Amino acid sequence: MATSSTNIPSAGPIVGSRSFLSRIREGDEIARLITFLFAASVVLITVLLVYQLWTNSVLPRHKFGLHFLVTSVWDPIMEQYGALPFIYGTLVTSAVALFIAVPLGIGAAIFLAELAPPRISDTLQFLIDLLAAVPSVIYGLLGVFIIVPLMRTVIYPALNHPLGFLPIFKGPSYGVGFLTAGMVLAIMVIPYIISVSREVLLSVPRDQREAALALGSTRWESTWQVVVPFAKTGIMGSIFLAMARALGETMAVTMVIGNSPRISASLFAPGDSIASVIANQFTEATDDLYLQSLIGLGLVLFLLTFILNGLARLLIVVTTQKGSGIAT
Amino acid sequence: MKRLAGLLVAVLALTAATWAAQQALLINGAGATFPYPIYSKWFDEYHKKNGNLQFNYQSVGSGAGIKQVTEGTVDFGATDGPMNDEQLKAFQEKRGGLVLHFPTVLGADVPTYNVPGVNTALNFTPEVLAGIFLGKITKWNDPAIADANKGVNFPAKDNDIVVIHRSDGSGTTYIWTDYLSKVSDEWKNKVGKGTSPNWPVGLGGKGNEGVTGLIKQTPNSIGYVELIYAAQNNIPYGTVKNSSGSFVKADLASVSAAAAGAAKDMPADFRVSITNAPGKTAYPISSFTWLLIPQKFQDGAKRDAIKGFLKWMLSDGQGYTETLSYAKLPKEVVEKEKKVIDTIQ
Amino acid sequence: MLTLTGVCALISVSVLFLILGYLVYNGGTSINWAFFTQLPKPVGETGGGMANAIVGTAKLLLTASLFGVPIGFFGGIYLAEFSGGATASIVRYSADLLNGVPSIVIGIFAYAMVVLPFKHFSTLAGAFALGLMMIPITLRSTEEFLNGVPRMLREGAMALGASKTRTIATVIVPAAYRGILTAILLALARVAGETAPLLFTAFGNRYWSEGWFQPTASLPVVIFNYAVSPYEDWHRQAWAAGLVLLGLVLIINILARTILSRGIAVPRS
Repeated sequence: MATSSTNIPSAGPIVGSRSFLSRIREGDEIARLITFLFAASVVLITVLLVYQLWTNSVLPRHKFGLHFLVTSVWDPIMEQYGALPFIYGTLVTSAVALFIAVPLGIGAAIFLAELAPPRISDTLQFLIDLLAAVPSVIYGLLGVFIIVPLMRTVIYPALNHPLGFLPIFKGPSYGVGFLTAGMVLAIMVIPYIISVSREVLLSVPRDQREAALALGSTRWESTWQVVVPFAKTGIMGSIFLAMARALGETMAVTMVIGNSPRISASLFAPGDSIASVIANQFTEATDDLYLQSLIGLGLVLFLLTFILNGLARLLIVVTTQKGSGIAT
Repeated sequence: MKRLAGLLVAVLALTAATWAAQQALLINGAGATFPYPIYSKWFDEYHKKNGNLQFNYQSVGSGAGIKQVTEGTVDFGATDGPMNDEQLKAFQEKRGGLVLHFPTVLGADVPTYNVPGVNTALNFTPEVLAGIFLGKITKWNDPAIADANKGVNFPAKDNDIVVIHRSDGSGTTYIWTDYLSKVSDEWKNKVGKGTSPNWPVGLGGKGNEGVTGLIKQTPNSIGYVELIYAAQNNIPYGTVKNSSGSFVKADLASVSAAAAGAAKDMPADFRVSITNAPGKTAYPISSFTWLLIPQKFQDGAKRDAIKGFLKWMLSDGQGYTETLSYAKLPKEVVEKEKKVIDTIQ
Repeated sequence: MLTLTGVCALISVSVLFLILGYLVYNGGTSINWAFFTQLPKPVGETGGGMANAIVGTAKLLLTASLFGVPIGFFGGIYLAEFSGGATASIVRYSADLLNGVPSIVIGIFAYAMVVLPFKHFSTLAGAFALGLMMIPITLRSTEEFLNGVPRMLREGAMALGASKTRTIATVIVPAAYRGILTAILLALARVAGETAPLLFTAFGNRYWSEGWFQPTASLPVVIFNYAVSPYEDWHRQAWAAGLVLLGLVLIINILARTILSRGIAVPRS
């Protein structure tokens, strides 16, 4: 079938002079040009953004090279900058977030797609979509005033006293830290996992389920062993999407992570993430190397999310019919 | 299309509204959180007297104050850590003129803490402070702390010290690390002084506000904040042993005592450090705080507004400082500053 | 096992109500006339309001829409109606890339492009950053909904002699407008809550911000600053502001989704 391109001949009126015809064509050409300019500006802006990031981080690239990525010292006074503590913090908090959010999210998606009657499923999905719309600074408020005290009074004792010998649960609790940030992030990314997984599960053909049931499996068995594996790729895609969201999150994390550029094994220790340190230090980076190191961090973050988003889209496209029309 | 038109109308209406609202002159400044309570009071009072002038001060940390005034994105800056020679040079290169430091008030960094069961003012020696912030003293019942605080019951367990510092570039930090560098060689060599040091231990809070907030919420914590933040928020703060050996608490008298010696020998550009000052009653972690004013202004109206404010600040303004626990500037300093104001073009 | 999944769903949804409940409980009492009409008071003094932040957010959103929506809308028309193959892929890919950029990095970009050249923080810079974030959503949704318009409508118009431009303007876009409007509203709701890009573009202002070239207060930034402060009064105001912001975002979302579900004459393939 022909695509909606400019190949459709403008079936001009049978009545009409030549000039009218050419005017119509010209009108179309102008429209084409104008809309092309707008579309091109999108490409231009994106290219400009990447270019700016690259050229404005040239100083640390020259001074530190790839060592920038693996050095763990961040010392503006001595002019030593290394991205490792922030990469670590970003990855750890996202990992904690996924660890909590994935089981919860997939569980909820299964419920919504397989068990709940359609109206309840739609209503709940609607509410979950609203959850995705909550601004991150409000999650930050929640984090500071609810989760931090909760961490200190309930969660830390519950984990540290029995399991304190494990490196990840060692050490004192500050209320803020990797685990707290991870928990807040988990709440933020659950809606993404649920929405996408639910859609993917719903698009699994009925005959798969019915075949399993016909062979004598229980409801749970047919869900867990047939439907979910069928939707596996799409669900993976949703996890990548969630991860990309978690990596870039700034406000909620900076309010509860402790702002301490250090690598620690313990989840209760304070740390820092790329987005958080940029937010804290950007307006005050007094010399060029400092500022450009922060921009270099921004570039690293951009690359991380870029790769993950790419993987996510690929996976989702492969599974669902709707393709890349999923708005994030 | 209709929607776009509707949007356009709304935008125009808003523009008209806000433009018609006031024909006020807006002067933007940014910088230290240390003097924010007194600055916000001053700008508010000055606006009451001069309704057409608005000073918009954003308390974002001394580091940002220096940076933004150098870039020219704000009209004036504020810092408690004076600009060093490199930064002065950078300003000159970027803006083609000098930047002037104007001391405004005297304040103090106090060690504040939140130790369950302890409501009195603890005594801190320089060695203890350095040890805590270096991460070498890690528990509240450490003998070094107990020695200076006989009779205080420190918790015997669950007593790991939580150090809280600044996460942003801070003049308050500059004052604190300046002091620690003077009293501890280990600190001087390992960390040094500056607005954004590489802290050996601890959590970061944003601004004096953030640190105070964290201390209030975190048991067993210790941090450093400007005096007024501790006082306004009713958190206990300790005494510090000064160079003459007495334990002094920060207050108007002890801070003024610290500045007394410096007042006479004030350098022409007003950049001076008064930490660990001599004097029996001097509080050792005191400091001036400065407004950073470019010497040359493009905008005549802004220049006049700022000069007017500075003159007011040095006379009437000084009357507001003591209620907010900032000490007044010594008279000699005020006189010197008045002369410098006239050099602003 | 299956009931466990139900529990998961319940937990996830209940978080929404937890947030709402907490905000209403803590912030509800602080929402009064003063909150909406007064300017902030000096540090340490109680009272005052957030009128300038509310107006600031409104200005930012309006300006951001003026910038982001046309680019997304007309770009989407180009993709759906005029382009083919390679160009379309490049544009789509760029939009996806832009969409994935963390908001703090957008802030850096806006700082370099608008704040530095003009030498001040401004509403314009903040609106630029927010507008950028609106572009990808608007673009992709416009394209998708335009593509969803049935061929018959398109071909019918052509058969009657309408030019392509006229077809688009009078037939196709009106058929898809609900979906497009929804997308714009959702994009707006998303950027309404963004804080990070405003930190070094719009900066902050304790007074009214005049025109477009001055720094401005905005709800999300004020919430952030007040929340991390030690003053109880500021905390109270932060809750109230959070409630207002959340209310705004939720209302826009609900509105958008209702429009979409109610009137969609465009069948989705």
